Amino acid sequence: MSATLAIETQSLGRIYKLRGSRKETRKELVALQDVNLTVERGELFGLLGPNGAGKTTLIKVLTTLLSPTSGWARVAGADVHTEPHLVRPKINMVSGGESSGYGLLTVRENLWMFSQFYGVPSKEANERIEALLEMVGMKDRMHTKSSDLSTGLRQKMNIVRGFLTDPEVLFLDEPTLGLDVGASRDVRKFIIEWLKADKTRTLLLTTHYMVEADELCDRVAIINKGRVLACDTPSALKQRLQKDALFEIQTSPLNGLNQQILLDQPEVTKAAITETETGAKLSLSLVEESALARVINLFTQKDVKVMSLSKREPTLEDVFVDLVGRSMAEEESSETA
Amino acid sequence: MAAWLGWLIESNWTDPFLFAVYSIVKPISGAAILVIMYGIITQGNYNSALFPYIYLGNAFYIYVGAVMTGVSWAVVDDREHYKTLKYMYIAPIYIPLYLLGRGVARFITGSIAVFITIAAGLLFLNVKINFAEVDWLLFIVTLIVGVVMLALLGLLLAGITLTVARHEGFIGEATAGALYIFSGAVFPLDVLPEWSRPIGYFMPTTYWLELLRRSLVGNVAQAFPTLANFSNLEILGVLLGLSVLFGAVSIWVFRWCDARARELGLIDRTTNY
Ligand SMILES: Nc1ncnc2c1ncn2[C@@H]1O[C@H](COP(=O)(O)OP(=O)(O)OP(=O)(O)O)[C@@H](O)[C@H]1O
Ligand SMILES: [Mg+2]
Repeated sequence: MSATLAIETQSLGRIYKLRGSRKETRKELVALQDVNLTVERGELFGLLGPNGAGKTTLIKVLTTLLSPTSGWARVAGADVHTEPHLVRPKINMVSGGESSGYGLLTVRENLWMFSQFYGVPSKEANERIEALLEMVGMKDRMHTKSSDLSTGLRQKMNIVRGFLTDPEVLFLDEPTLGLDVGASRDVRKFIIEWLKADKTRTLLLTTHYMVEADELCDRVAIINKGRVLACDTPSALKQRLQKDALFEIQTSPLNGLNQQILLDQPEVTKAAITETETGAKLSLSLVEESALARVINLFTQKDVKVMSLSKREPTLEDVFVDLVGRSMAEEESSETA
Repeated sequence: MAAWLGWLIESNWTDPFLFAVYSIVKPISGAAILVIMYGIITQGNYNSALFPYIYLGNAFYIYVGAVMTGVSWAVVDDREHYKTLKYMYIAPIYIPLYLLGRGVARFITGSIAVFITIAAGLLFLNVKINFAEVDWLLFIVTLIVGVVMLALLGLLLAGITLTVARHEGFIGEATAGALYIFSGAVFPLDVLPEWSRPIGYFMPTTYWLELLRRSLVGNVAQAFPTLANFSNLEILGVLLGLSVLFGAVSIWVFRWCDARARELGLIDRTTNY
């Protein structure tokens, strides 16, 4: 057992026994199947998958709330099933999209109480509470009863609760679900800062927002129907799809520059040209990003002005499509059908 | 520590108005109804030993509802209403202690109701207690043993509650109701059909209520002939023995239910009612 691993799972599986309304409709639902993951300390690890993929189930198993039905998992060095008492002091968890808390207690009281479960000295707890509330921009609500908070603010309070106990491994289940754009950005920023402040901290989050996984995570596991389909850094995942760099370029009239000339350049692998009213739109595929400079140089020689330039990268959505054969949205709608 | 935090939650959530209704108005009106019914049936014979028997039994029974039912309700509250049970679970605390703490808190709030009910009985409802003859030591010892015993019984129910995803609130109430009948709270066990009496003899609450009554009004043997042959100390011994037995069973059952709930994924289950 390596001390550097924050999370380690081996052939982890979870089957739910579904009790139908009638006895004969008893079914089994495979929520997780043969999950093998390792997360190093200091990593920001993302679980990306459509609704019902098994993300929450995996978090529940890792946080000792749910027993696995096969395989094992270790978090912060201890087995989640047989040694939950060793795991619990070192972790914390927040589920997004739900508002928990004792309504008649104030924000500060709610948070303080949870800090006491983890044995944080009272004075330190109060300092941390103030600092964290400040960081998520709700210090002015410290003495508000949590029942008087909006859903979004209650969720922020809940997120603060997760960070408050300074866990070695923090699990966030869809932390930005239901938050507005600004609040989501605050939370993401906060997550990154928290990890930066101490390199031994580890964070596992689930999401079904591609951008969130892409921008935030060091590594992402793509999960569908209880199976991990791929697990790597976002850029490596995308690189698998497409080695080349894709660019969209709007130019003034081409002055004789044509597709053949472009393709004759060694760094251009694909080129498509569409004439527009003001000039042309080019879609280029280059062997590497740095080759762009030489292409631009070519334009300047021909006196072609570049009006706009954008790099189109394959997204994690493209990766999901490549792995599953359809988009996440399609996968979700087929699930409910 | 965990127990003390449980106490904090319990003492803080109460809305003063609801609190007044539930812990004062309800028990007093319950007691008043009992007194009136007693008056009608016995044609106003408030000097019978049966009267304090009934009145005090009913008053102290408030603790059963408060502490025992309270502990099992804590599971429902935290899981369904506050949605915090899962966060309690993953915290490094010993959950049974936390739940017992909530029971102790309910004991303190319940005490107000018990006190007010007895005071109302003394002032307005013909209940007589001779305070010079009260055995305070016995009373306090019994009360303390009783709280622990009730909280442990509550833990047993809490365990069962944990493994049931529906009608969970019902478990505590139903058990409290059943115990009301089988613990000799308002009528002696001898009134019950013979086959059902052993249930009462097996329940620590039976001995607990009897000791509380004895400590306050002396021997009410006429009213409860079944235990008349036992001395206070003997009854206390039985109470302690049964409390330890039930306590051990409770903790064992709770552990088992805890593991089962983890297997079934019920710790954060909400029924959305
Ligand atoms: N307690 C349960 N009993 C039975 N089936 C369950 C239970 N919890 C989850 N499931 C099922 O297990 C599968 C995985 O659910 P899970 O909640 O892990 O998905 P998820 O990836 O978190 O989805 P979402 O994005 O909707 O949160 C789903 O098909 C779900 O219906
Ligand atoms: Mg989920």
